[in-house]
Amino acid sequence: MSRIKTRFDALKAKNEKALISYVTAGDPHPQHTVSIMHALVEAGTDLIEVGVPFSDPMADGPVIQQACERALKYDTSLADILQMVKDFRKNDPNTPIILMGYQNPIEIYGVERFAQDAKGLVDGVITVDLPPEECTEINQLYREVDIDSIFLMAPTTDISRIRRISEMASGFLYYVSFKGITGANSLDIDSVSSKLSEIRAVTGLPLAVGFGIKDAETAAAVAAVADAVVVGSAIVSLIATNQEDMPTALKEVKSLLQGIKSALDNAGSI
Amino acid sequence: MGVDVTDKEQGHFNALPDNRGHFGPYGGRFVAETLMTPLAELEAAYEECKVDPAFQAEFYNDLAHYVGRPSPLYFAERLTELWGGARVFLKREDLNHTGAHKINNTIGQALLAKRMGKTRIIAETGAGQHGVASATIAARLGLECVVYMGAEDIQRQSPNVYRMRLLGATVVPVTSGSRTLKDALNEALRDWVTNVDDTFYIIGTVAGPHPYPQIVRDFQTVIGKEAREQMLEQYNTLPDALVACVGGGSNAIGLFHPFLGDESVAIYGVEAGGHGVDTGMHSAPLSAGKPGVLHGNRTYLMESEAGQIIETHSISAGLDYPGVGPEHAWLKDEGRVQYVSVTDDEALAAFHLTTRKEGIIPALETSHAMAFAEKLAPTMAKEQSIIINLSGRGDKDINTIARIEGIEL
Repeated sequence: MSRIKTRFDALKAKNEKALISYVTAGDPHPQHTVSIMHALVEAGTDLIEVGVPFSDPMADGPVIQQACERALKYDTSLADILQMVKDFRKNDPNTPIILMGYQNPIEIYGVERFAQDAKGLVDGVITVDLPPEECTEINQLYREVDIDSIFLMAPTTDISRIRRISEMASGFLYYVSFKGITGANSLDIDSVSSKLSEIRAVTGLPLAVGFGIKDAETAAAVAAVADAVVVGSAIVSLIATNQEDMPTALKEVKSLLQGIKSALDNAGSI
Repeated sequence: MGVDVTDKEQGHFNALPDNRGHFGPYGGRFVAETLMTPLAELEAAYEECKVDPAFQAEFYNDLAHYVGRPSPLYFAERLTELWGGARVFLKREDLNHTGAHKINNTIGQALLAKRMGKTRIIAETGAGQHGVASATIAARLGLECVVYMGAEDIQRQSPNVYRMRLLGATVVPVTSGSRTLKDALNEALRDWVTNVDDTFYIIGTVAGPHPYPQIVRDFQTVIGKEAREQMLEQYNTLPDALVACVGGGSNAIGLFHPFLGDESVAIYGVEAGGHGVDTGMHSAPLSAGKPGVLHGNRTYLMESEAGQIIETHSISAGLDYPGVGPEHAWLKDEGRVQYVSVTDDEALAAFHLTTRKEGIIPALETSHAMAFAEKLAPTMAKEQSIIINLSGRGDKDINTIARIEGIEL
């Protein structure tokens, strides 16, 4: 069993919602990534999404595109990122880590080799451009090493796809709150709420909601209907603004996340 | 007459893509979840149109009366004489309305957009030919049109940018990444995922997620179907060789596809060798790349050891792309088509040669095909023949050419 299920079960027992925080590995410099990850946890993060930078992040908005560009200036590779996770694990053996990115870096690394090298370190993988139709074999490889395949669902995902995706998914499901790219600004809580009910009727997996959650207020509203909220571009923006001054970046990220985490704690139970 | 005039597309090479959009290990649908349902809807709409006589009639009527098809198959006597080998024929896609083969596909997709009730079309463009073709058909059908174009390409293809604006399109400069065609494609995909309810994305080449490689191919095969019939009708024979340039590969697949079952026809796809494939400064993924996943499909790519897409180089904006249509990837592995490359300098020389010898100014993209034909023709017998896809005219490139030659216009 991966750390993801353990973590969601533990939160559920305490009637808490999960805070999932995203950071692009290697941004603004590879040497900062591990300390940023620890800071995310100190600020109340329950699960970390580590972005694997890609030259052509077609589902991402400008904030994460630029984070990828900064990370790739230093050639941050999948191999480097596995090493970062290994370093992180020395001081934090329990926080679930999910790698999020695009298929090509994994494919070129070698899917089997990646599954073996990530075993025990990484708990889940979100591959934005790998829908269930294309990943039957990869899913099996991940399952064999206890890595959860986390799938996205979107407002355009109809009931037959909800069923199909739920069958292949483990860990949790990631609901993309609107049609668009990361960091855009148009989350509609009513439509999120009604889609989540539709998904809950099909699966017992925890439901996380991401895209468009930038502050405590939206986080609390979403947490009233979801099991977890994902905060990404808001964190990456703070890192970008303060890239020359990491202590300030970390302070601001922590303050943002602490505010969100306490809003989640007041939002009610799973 | 002894020659079989039936179209031999059926069989091995016409069986693909399979119902998941795969050409062997290539192709597929590698996109974010938000686009999966819209792509399924597009596929369903296209399958309907494919067998709907009314749709087909409207498409072919537009090709005849708006585009000016069939395009001529022209015997290039002076080049034939100069090269001293096979007879050289040019399939004159440059004579189409808007000056290139791109319009064949944009008309088909725009009719599909109309059929699906979409009111806004978006497109990516490199050389600007696909952008112009999209803006043209949008003007004619009264649709809103937004074209994404790399900031770098806007510089080197300024006449086409102005043409698009005259036609009423909004041209959006793309400043991310390498500021060329691949980044324009990323940006168009981001627009589509955001505005998917009312927007139709007209992809300009045989790449992208399924069903695009199939749709674009099917609309472009009019080139090869005509060429095959014209050759048989006028010369009572099939050609011995076909040559076309390959960026994404839509003009090439359009010419090649109807001939794939004709075993006697040798087929050559010409990639952009830039400064030379051994320099790393080129756009020739089939000649010097390896398979990977980009822009919704698995295909040959120009990529780093770590799986990042690397910057490409070509004198021709339309070939300056790190990927290639998945069907070409498959045809390469199958050995049915030979993929070769020519350098910027060779293409430039062929540009001038074609202009001076035949009075036809070819696009820089097309000049790559001409440059390879120049090498191929002398190796063939005089009674043999080559068809080169003269995929576009070169008016759009005169600024680039003048700059290279140090001339101010």
